[in-house]
Amino acid sequence: MKSIWKFPLHVLAHVILLLAFCMAPVALMAKEAAPMAEDPVVEKRMVHISEELRCLVCQNESLASSRAELATDLREEVRSLIRQGKSDTQIKEYLVTRYGDFVLYRPEVKALTWILWFGPFLLLLAGVVGMALYLRQRQAEQVQAEDQNLSEEERRRVAQLLKEGDAS
Amino acid sequence: MKKFLIPLALFFGLVGFLAVGLNRDPHEIPSPLIGKLAPEFALYTLAKDEQKFSPKDMQGKVWMLNVWATWCVACREEHPVLVAFAKDNQVPIVGLSYKEVQPQDEPAGKKFSSEAKLQLARERSAIWLARHGNPYVLSALDLDGRVGIDYGVYGVPETYLIDKSGVIRYKRVGVVTPELLSQTILPLIQKLNAS
Repeated sequence: MKSIWKFPLHVLAHVILLLAFCMAPVALMAKEAAPMAEDPVVEKRMVHISEELRCLVCQNESLASSRAELATDLREEVRSLIRQGKSDTQIKEYLVTRYGDFVLYRPEVKALTWILWFGPFLLLLAGVVGMALYLRQRQAEQVQAEDQNLSEEERRRVAQLLKEGDAS
Repeated sequence: MKKFLIPLALFFGLVGFLAVGLNRDPHEIPSPLIGKLAPEFALYTLAKDEQKFSPKDMQGKVWMLNVWATWCVACREEHPVLVAFAKDNQVPIVGLSYKEVQPQDEPAGKKFSSEAKLQLARERSAIWLARHGNPYVLSALDLDGRVGIDYGVYGVPETYLIDKSGVIRYKRVGVVTPELLSQTILPLIQKLNAS
């Protein structure tokens, strides 16, 4: 089959070469910008880990969002630990041995932190039990009070009125 | 009467919790390093030679490690206390100069080489110590803050007391005051020296 292209082959080669030269600066530029997010996989894991960690300088910020200098250093540390192939747990452990449990936004469940984890549920349970007891007592009191307030005559009328109501 | 007392008691309980909570310094975090071996390092010192300091060098002595920097404002408050304390010769104080050269010290778009950083840190620290007095037997230069991370440093100044076998016995985050020295640190030094 004859090509519809009238281009001789060597011209086509030149065009391709020219295009390659045009693309070259783009390729170079892409390389320049790389350090911003050196390795997207590492970066993603770093952010994922440091979102769970507290910045010790501004304590209500996570390590991922803080602009404190120590946070920058620690993020770099986390990056290098990721590159060394450490697991998420190992990296958190690394920081806990240096800065204590306080760096974890989600403290480990252990004897020392039981009250922290289960305390609120205990309080809730106490509240529910207290509320139930209180309501039951109040209801009992009310029923008793109502019973006492009505005379024999009134009670008979109530019964009659209810009957009439049913009938109509 | 009883019904009135219950909420009152609860209220005072709450006030008690808040009073304790509000008077605590949230920046004082119990260090997990207490009772553990002081992390090893080897760093250049202010002395203009190639000798490196390592905590091993202090083996057999009770010593104090004080984290400082010339840019640290609180250190200026602490410094005269340390200078006076050093005169008593109770304990050798080793300085750990933490990230003396800050990123903002570098001219825009330029990075200092590590040699330039070392030189600048030595010059600046020497001037500062000449002006404010030098309580340190030597001062190691933690230029990139890596040793600081190993020691759990998150605010300068910080002070550690390390015993004869190299175990961290005490850590203070923030300024060391004369009261703290006489009431807590000095008794601990004497106890550690005796053991």
